Amino acid sequence: MKRTCLYDVHVALQARMGPFGGFEMPIQYAGIMAEHLACRRGAVLFDTCHMGEFLLDGPQVIAELEALVTCPVGSLAEGQCRYGLLCNPEGGVIDDLLVYRLGPESVMLVVNAGTQEDDAAWIRGHLGATTTFSNRSDDTAKIDLQGPQAPRMVQRLLGDAIVGLRYYRFVQTLYRNEPVLLSRTGYTGEIGVELYAAPDQAIAFWNDCMELGAEPAGLGARDTLRLEAGMPLYGHELNAARNAAESGFTKSIATDKSFIGSDVVLEDALRQQRLVGLALEGRRAAREGDRICDRQGMTVGVITSGSYGPSVGHAIALGYLDAGHDATVGTALCVQTARNELQAVVTELPFWTEGTARRKVNDFLEVQVKGESHE
Amino acid sequence: MSESDRKYAKSHEWAKLEGDVVVVGISDHAQKELGDITFVELPTVGTSVHAGGECGVVESVKAASDIYAPIGGDVVAVNGALEDAPELINQEPFAGGWILKLQPADVTELDALMSAADYDATL
Repeated sequence: MKRTCLYDVHVALQARMGPFGGFEMPIQYAGIMAEHLACRRGAVLFDTCHMGEFLLDGPQVIAELEALVTCPVGSLAEGQCRYGLLCNPEGGVIDDLLVYRLGPESVMLVVNAGTQEDDAAWIRGHLGATTTFSNRSDDTAKIDLQGPQAPRMVQRLLGDAIVGLRYYRFVQTLYRNEPVLLSRTGYTGEIGVELYAAPDQAIAFWNDCMELGAEPAGLGARDTLRLEAGMPLYGHELNAARNAAESGFTKSIATDKSFIGSDVVLEDALRQQRLVGLALEGRRAAREGDRICDRQGMTVGVITSGSYGPSVGHAIALGYLDAGHDATVGTALCVQTARNELQAVVTELPFWTEGTARRKVNDFLEVQVKGESHE
Repeated sequence: MSESDRKYAKSHEWAKLEGDVVVVGISDHAQKELGDITFVELPTVGTSVHAGGECGVVESVKAASDIYAPIGGDVVAVNGALEDAPELINQEPFAGGWILKLQPADVTELDALMSAADYDATL
């Protein structure tokens, strides 16, 4: 089992550790509920060093990636990133990833830990001789700082790099005199950043943020936060056997280009199911694999993620409904769990509607900066 | 350290004799292992359970676990406060987080359970 550069920090914080994606990762510190709510109200730190980073360079890199991922790549400005899916020829999802446009002929891909090796092999196999591929996962550390207090902390530690930084934009700047990449992205529904740095700088950033009042959060809270935000988790909502378009994340799927899998993904008639959000009646959670039934008891789908939602105050779930089922927002359904039948209603995503992720960053900074924002 | 004024089952419930009823809850160790408790399914007052029988469910953010009756008897009371505040089990597992009360069928069944020291030794 691999360890991240922050392993000793987690042990000192008495985190409960567990395996994830081949790494020994913190599952929780103070507790999932407290960490979840701290992200919605304050700021929390996640160790995301386990994720993979690939650097690709060359005159053909944009065209080659355009044919590999579902999202548009050529239209990315330098300093902009985008969420996309890496598909197999059958339209299934090999991984979901972020594409960072570092320069005219330079891109960084950020992928999941458990899929990193397969992703690297797949991508390298589809690049031409003029493109260099460098897997930087082992020497790139990553920390997510998320929550309404996060921008203020970043401003204290990194200065004005955060000022005016828009959602899904990034800057390359210095932290403790070393280069870092600061990205206004995240996986919680709240405003915040993802910082890519060398291990020493990442450890310093973690400790500096803790001194400013950020609380550590583990993978448990990361999961409940992303679920409330209606975001997919690879291996649950997305996998190699399921048509990418069934996820409904169609903003991440360009319809005006060809990519591996696009013959399937762009053909509406080939979607067998569709992703829906379900609000459950009480606190009792549906779990992955539970059956979704209509009110007559017929099986109409399956749950892929489910939990009590600490901010919404009731249980929530993501699941796939058969494409032929005419459920719309408000349709009443049931979930058959191992123990019970739970009442559920199809709900618009995200479940958590007060998230700050897309708000203007300057509204969260210590000193309002006039005239410098590009938002 | 578990409270020494009561007995413990291998399945991590505690049983405490109060007058002629037995109060049942889960141990501090069990609540820590489960993490934040989000839901408790309580048995119906009046139902009979046998020692080791299922008498409720505790759900945490990550998982659901059955609660087993440490001894047999009739359920004479349940802790209704847990419906709106299941976190009481995390906060006060040996006090406000009690789950149910049993009228024991055979109070000597308590003798088959572990002392706090013996229970702690199994952890």
